[in-house]
Amino acid sequence: MPQIPAATPSSAPAGRSLLTVERLSKWYGAVQVLRDVSLEVAAHERVVICGPSGSGKSSLLRCLNGLEPHQAGRIIVDGTELTGSASALGAVRREIGMVFQSFNLFPHMTALDNCTLAPIWVRKMPPADAQELARSYLARVRLASHAHKYPGQLSGGEQQRVAIARALCMSPKIMLFDEPTSALDPEMTQEVLEIILGLADTGMTMICVTHEMGFARRAADRIVFMDQGALVAQGTPGQMFDSPQSERLKAFLSQVPQGN
Amino acid sequence: MAIDAPGVSSTMQDPRPLSAAQLGHDREGRRFRRNVWLTWLVLFTLLGVAFHGLHLDFSYVGQKLPFLLGLRLAPDGFIQGAALTVLVTICSMFFALLVALITALGRLSGNPVAFAVATFYASLFRGTPLLVQVLIIYLALPQVGVVLGAMTSGLIALSLNYGAYLAETIRSGVMAVPAGQREAARALALPRWVIAWKVIAPQALRLIIPPAGALFVSMLKDSSLVSLMGLWELNFLAQSYARATYHYMEMLIAAALIYWSLSIAFELIQFRLERRFGRGVVSAGRH
Repeated sequence: MPQIPAATPSSAPAGRSLLTVERLSKWYGAVQVLRDVSLEVAAHERVVICGPSGSGKSSLLRCLNGLEPHQAGRIIVDGTELTGSASALGAVRREIGMVFQSFNLFPHMTALDNCTLAPIWVRKMPPADAQELARSYLARVRLASHAHKYPGQLSGGEQQRVAIARALCMSPKIMLFDEPTSALDPEMTQEVLEIILGLADTGMTMICVTHEMGFARRAADRIVFMDQGALVAQGTPGQMFDSPQSERLKAFLSQVPQGN
Repeated sequence: MAIDAPGVSSTMQDPRPLSAAQLGHDREGRRFRRNVWLTWLVLFTLLGVAFHGLHLDFSYVGQKLPFLLGLRLAPDGFIQGAALTVLVTICSMFFALLVALITALGRLSGNPVAFAVATFYASLFRGTPLLVQVLIIYLALPQVGVVLGAMTSGLIALSLNYGAYLAETIRSGVMAVPAGQREAARALALPRWVIAWKVIAPQALRLIIPPAGALFVSMLKDSSLVSLMGLWELNFLAQSYARATYHYMEMLIAAALIYWSLSIAFELIQFRLERRFGRGVVSAGRH
């Protein structure tokens, strides 16, 4: 696997811009779920998006790899603008890995086959090489001995770790996490968060939607707060959690547990 | 054979290392299966005793059995009896599957013409009796100059009728695969055909096989309708031999038992396919 230079912890977001979102708007029918959202993410930056439910966090994330179409504004991923065209979609999705709240592992395939499917069919990797790659990532999420198991034979936390390994097997430039621990009980939440923190330490660029504020404080270079489809405030965890300026952010923080 | 215990369904469960409770569950499962087979044996014996009490002429059955089974060719050199029944069923199955796949694609398509053609066809052939369809194809079409052979007519009627039902089964199977599966596959940049073939189809097949198997068993029995066109299949032969010497009970029971055995063979094939596509799904059932 390619060695990614490790970013020093708590370093300022340095490096070239990997993702640009410009005045993004999205509607579901008549309901506007994203309002003029602009966001810039640099290489190796770790961004956590938080906000109340229905604030458009997941919609924003799902627009970034084209799972949902947007109606106004631009999304540019590593120089490729996400238009409706299939080639742009393919190019962007090859560079973005995504981890879902409900894991979405393929239940009829073993953990290993889940991980090798995309490298074989998208990267055109020989199956033996894909398996070697998959085993190395499964080992990294501490599931080396579970490679032959089906998702139904794994706990929720283990399934989510396989899902992380599956996304990493495509060697993405950006990882998206859509509430990766919301479907897990506290014990399993910790094991998954540890894996994501470990990944953050390798310098992986990541955007994570989560309600785990303790995790956000430890992992994030930058916190983005959304409310009612708009990006309301952003800053370092210190600025956002210890001296919030926005009234809406203050109200939100008073309602969520801060974690450790 | 898959015999479902009441209230027990297949679910995605988390099988941790076998606990004492689960080992107990296994023992219970073995007892359940044994009692099922014992009860079957008892019912089968009762049925046999009942027929024995009718003082039937079993030697006549033995004499005609090779013909009923189709081990001998018909006077015109064509296959007959159960062999013909199986041939008609398997050919119709193949064409029904083909028609059903195309129809299901039409029903799932965003193209209004494809959607309309698919729904029109399914509605027409599900909304009219198979018997009427058979008669229209064999007896009514010649009136307008279209003369089809008995075998061709039978295959067309069975394929079109069952294709309409099967299309609905396939469509519902595809729709039942959770949306998250398609999303995860798209997020991995997988091409459309890989998503369809490697992600959706195997999961849909698991859901499609049981009702499709039931349709095919039902088709096996409905294939007796082609006897109307003078094809010497199992039901036709049984009736002819019965009429000739007034051995109705013997011949019809023999035919019924042959149909039943064939159905059981089909169910066994279905059960194997279910197991093949059930990989990854841990069954909470007892079998």
